[in-house]
Amino acid sequence: MRDRLGKRSAWIVALLVGLLAFTMTVQWRQDDETDDFSGVRGVELAELLKSLDATNTRLTQQIDTLRASRDDLRDSNESTAEARKAAVERANALAILAGTVGAEGEGIEITITAPPGAVTASVLLDAVQEMRDAGAEVISLNGVARVVAQTWFLDDDAGVRVSGRVLKPPYVMEVIGDPDTLADAVTFRGGLADRVEGRGGEVGVEKRQRIRVTAVADAPEPQYARPAND
Amino acid sequence: MIPVIGLVVGVTIGLLLQPTVPSALQPYVPIAIIAALDAVLGAARAYMEGRFDDRVFVVSFVSNVAIASIMVFVGDQLGVGSQLSTGVIVVLGIRIFANSAAIRRLIFHA
Repeated sequence: MRDRLGKRSAWIVALLVGLLAFTMTVQWRQDDETDDFSGVRGVELAELLKSLDATNTRLTQQIDTLRASRDDLRDSNESTAEARKAAVERANALAILAGTVGAEGEGIEITITAPPGAVTASVLLDAVQEMRDAGAEVISLNGVARVVAQTWFLDDDAGVRVSGRVLKPPYVMEVIGDPDTLADAVTFRGGLADRVEGRGGEVGVEKRQRIRVTAVADAPEPQYARPAND
Repeated sequence: MIPVIGLVVGVTIGLLLQPTVPSALQPYVPIAIIAALDAVLGAARAYMEGRFDDRVFVVSFVSNVAIASIMVFVGDQLGVGSQLSTGVIVVLGIRIFANSAAIRRLIFHA
């Protein structure tokens, strides 16, 4: 079945096969070299452009969404920080009121010297009440007893028992508040000073730019009361 | 033997000259190559079946290339260039497979 090619046929076949090989080689190299779109048809270019456009639109939308959520997060972060700051301020105010932290500020220091038994619990309680009326914010006695809402006073053989602690004269009362108003509240006619002097004692008032109260009160966990939510 | 020499010479010239395909011809060259491959495989099959004719080979080679290129050109003008070239490539591919299957059968008798 295999007859030899004639000479003429062989050369013609060689020519055409050579032409094909040449073209293939050229095209092969072309594909290797060109990375641009010169060989792409217009329709395909349009398709490519369209898909690029769609991708672009989608990515732009994604950018917008992400940017919006980033702004949201930043806003909520800021408002959280503000709420936190307000809460801290409120906690500080309440802590000073409840006497659970130390405090400092301008105020007066009252020294009450009297013979034993002259200054009773009721005298001290009146003095505290007087100071509160004059706008005292923090009161402590002898540097150990912080006066808060639950503080109680009781006469004792050695002196005065304040919330369980026995205090002995002389009594030193540190009060934080407006110094002038507080000093007036001590020295007005018929006030604390007159009352103590009437019992043979002495009252010294000293206004100070900076009074530091380190005594703290115990803050018992309320056993019956609960916060009411309205 | 001589056709193999033609093959080698063609590859060598293509590698040495490194010509660039003109951009006007660029869409047609790949199709033309596939058409020519089909013609060459058909010729090989005819040769192995003992009924090779150089005139038929030349005519089929030239007309294959020409018709494929013309179809792509017309398709481009009508706006269905990519679809039509896909169709041409599919048809030629089927023919190439059929011819190689015949050649395989002749060689391996399987």
